Amino acid sequence: MVTLDDLKTPKTNTWCPGCGNFGILMAFKKALIELGLEREETVLVSGIGCHGKMVNYVNINGFHGIHGRVLPVAQGIKLANPDLKVIGFAGDADQYNEGWGHFAHAIRTNIDMTLIVHDNMVLGLTTGQATSTSQQGFKSKSTPFGVIPPMLNPLTHAIVSNGSFVARGFAGDMLHLKGIIMKAISHKGFAFVDVFQPCVSFNYLNTYDWFRDRIYKLEEESHDVTDQKGALEKAFEWGDRIPIGIFYNKERPTYHDSLQHVKDVQLTNLPKENVDISETLKEFM
Amino acid sequence: MIINKISMLVGGEAGAGISRSGFLFAKACLRGGLYVFGANDYQSLIRGGHNFYTVRTETEKVYSQADKIDLLIAFNKETILFHKDELVKSAGVIYDQDQITVTKEELERDDLKLYSVPLRNIVKALQGPQIMENTVALGAANALLDYDLELLNGVLRDTFNPKVADQNIQAANQGYNYTKENYGNSFGYKLEKTNLAEKHRIFLTGDEAIALGALNAGCKLYAAYPMTPATPILHFLALLDRKYKMIVIQTESEIAAINMVAGASFAGVRSMTATSGGGFCLMTEGLGMVGMTETSPVIVLVQRPGPSTGLPTYSAQGDLRFVIHASQGEFPRIVIAPGDVEESFYMTVEAFNLAEQFQMPAIIITDKNLAESNQTTELFNQNISEIDRGKLITTTDYTKKEEYARHRFTEDGISLRGIPGTKNIIVRTNADEHNELGYTTEDSILATKMTDKRFKKLQILIEKLENYETVKFFYSPDADATIVGWGSTKGPIREAIKILSEEGVKLNFLQILYLHPFPSQKVENILKIAKKTIIVENNKTSQLSSLIQENVLTTVNHKILKYDGRPFNPEELAKQIKEAF
Repeated sequence: MVTLDDLKTPKTNTWCPGCGNFGILMAFKKALIELGLEREETVLVSGIGCHGKMVNYVNINGFHGIHGRVLPVAQGIKLANPDLKVIGFAGDADQYNEGWGHFAHAIRTNIDMTLIVHDNMVLGLTTGQATSTSQQGFKSKSTPFGVIPPMLNPLTHAIVSNGSFVARGFAGDMLHLKGIIMKAISHKGFAFVDVFQPCVSFNYLNTYDWFRDRIYKLEEESHDVTDQKGALEKAFEWGDRIPIGIFYNKERPTYHDSLQHVKDVQLTNLPKENVDISETLKEFM
Repeated sequence: MIINKISMLVGGEAGAGISRSGFLFAKACLRGGLYVFGANDYQSLIRGGHNFYTVRTETEKVYSQADKIDLLIAFNKETILFHKDELVKSAGVIYDQDQITVTKEELERDDLKLYSVPLRNIVKALQGPQIMENTVALGAANALLDYDLELLNGVLRDTFNPKVADQNIQAANQGYNYTKENYGNSFGYKLEKTNLAEKHRIFLTGDEAIALGALNAGCKLYAAYPMTPATPILHFLALLDRKYKMIVIQTESEIAAINMVAGASFAGVRSMTATSGGGFCLMTEGLGMVGMTETSPVIVLVQRPGPSTGLPTYSAQGDLRFVIHASQGEFPRIVIAPGDVEESFYMTVEAFNLAEQFQMPAIIITDKNLAESNQTTELFNQNISEIDRGKLITTTDYTKKEEYARHRFTEDGISLRGIPGTKNIIVRTNADEHNELGYTTEDSILATKMTDKRFKKLQILIEKLENYETVKFFYSPDADATIVGWGSTKGPIREAIKILSEEGVKLNFLQILYLHPFPSQKVENILKIAKKTIIVENNKTSQLSSLIQENVLTTVNHKILKYDGRPFNPEELAKQIKEAF
């Protein structure tokens, strides 16, 4: 059984005191422990940004990739070895700006993995510029007169693209987030969790208090997670009341379900010797 | 009567089955024991335009298309007018005068043998689709060449379903009979079966050879986005994924493809992607990540003329320096350039082995001329490059006392590679500079040590490659000059040397197969004894010359450069070589 101690790494944490990332880190570790997952069977993939350091702070297999590309790396790992539990961590700029194209397709492709986006609605590691989820009018170093376009809504997008698991958590409610992450990891298919993650250094607007004043839990109201239209309606909700929890959760065939020909093959053990291609060569005679 | 040497061109609009027809004829020639070269010239459009496929046969190995055409099959008037000046004296032209009228004035010559065959009427009588006119024309060509029609019929049988095959065989027969009855043996060329007909040889493109190499090497994940002229690899493997129990996935972009093959490689699977220059541009950041994470996918770059979209369906060698330097920062990589179909196969298998042994990206660089031209070759030896995955934990358990570290410092710079899922190890890698365990570091000493570790592998690789065929030297005693080239120009260069040797001009040919790390010692030794060096390349700036200059400190004497998207023709090249003296 994995313990919190097992998951510890020798790296000193460099996130700002009070950073929302701590809540996500702890929720994830606790989710791993409660799910009873072995360190060897899980892989953490992260991108570039403050969130990317997750790889340094959880002692499981890890691949710290480049900006925006968490998903294709994670998908490649999962395709290569479906026995692994693959969890991708991305930032909002990482996934919704640089990596938006991959996001749209990963939802569609439905490879069995989890994506957790640390959504602080600002670029933190580059010291405070706007991202696609920064609110309209948000003033930052790159938008001193305020963000012009409206914010992008990753949840509505995920739902209309037939995402099979769409959820939102709040880094300030670790236990609630842990529950979502556990369900996401257990979900068969592509599970997407957007997490409100207050940035204490560069987002003066969307603070812990700002979120606490607005958020409510979907499960405390009569929300049907298998109702796609209802989920979409909830995902549009923004303003005085903002829902968190699981918006939509309905399994559909995963990408691997259509790969029956490799179902019983451990691809990572191959090749042991040159593959005989004689039959295919005959077609060229 | 000229026997078994023919250069035939089939031409018409896009969408009219031009390349398919040329290919079927070429295959019939292969089965008759001839050596064949088939080149496909097409434009970036689906309908209209002008497409053509050339088939050249010989009784010995043939390395490229010919300069001139002996027999033309024209499905539209443009084909005749476009190629009339390439036709040899008394060349034959198969066409249908019910569809095409062409006057002597338009032809500006009266030596041609015009063989009109009622393609349309024959197909109408057979109630076949219009595209079957191609088969009628192939039957007619067989008749003019007095070639065994059963060979073509056999190819048709193997290509189409029984019903369609029967219809096509009828069409070929009628074209054959009409031509025999009306034109007899009036054409000065003949094809005859040779004793090689019984031997199993193959006829395939460079792209197909690379795909076959990947299969033989045990590639289990192929991820790519379509881009001409690399797309045939995707098409080919996509059809075979079930048979070879592998995953073939069309990704949303080349960026996704390179990251996906890196992920798969990290997870322990041999993986490959292929693209052309534009796609490779998108892959460059990922390529650097592959270098940094010491993963080992194989990346195929099939060149076409640039910059930007350039001539999308034509050929060039303009990306050599690009692949050697692509991506920010410094990291070792392997860059291999096969020059023909056979090398495309063997060097792909080699690339997979080297990539894993040295835990670095291996790039195979080819071009459209090689990738999409068909060549006859002997059956591949499937065990020439035995699978060697390098330092890899293949047990399900790790039992050593020392904690496993993916990027452990070692004497040769190569760390023991473990794959996620193995008991008692945690595999961690990082696109940021990292320590042995894969954790991010900004430590100055570690940064230096890690860079040195990665480059130590390059040193070891260079030593290992001394025993590899990194260059090929085609030697002629007392040669007057040494031709130097890489990649697909090998074909026309060898043809040109053959032409010139018949005129008494003796030439060496140095083909460089490994462009990075550069085989400096071997190249230096060969160039030292050259009386004169002549570079032949399909680019504007002679990128190989600059590589030679950089690595060997030698300036080549003469450069023959062509950058119109088209391959060198042998005689044209022979003439240019002579002029270089």
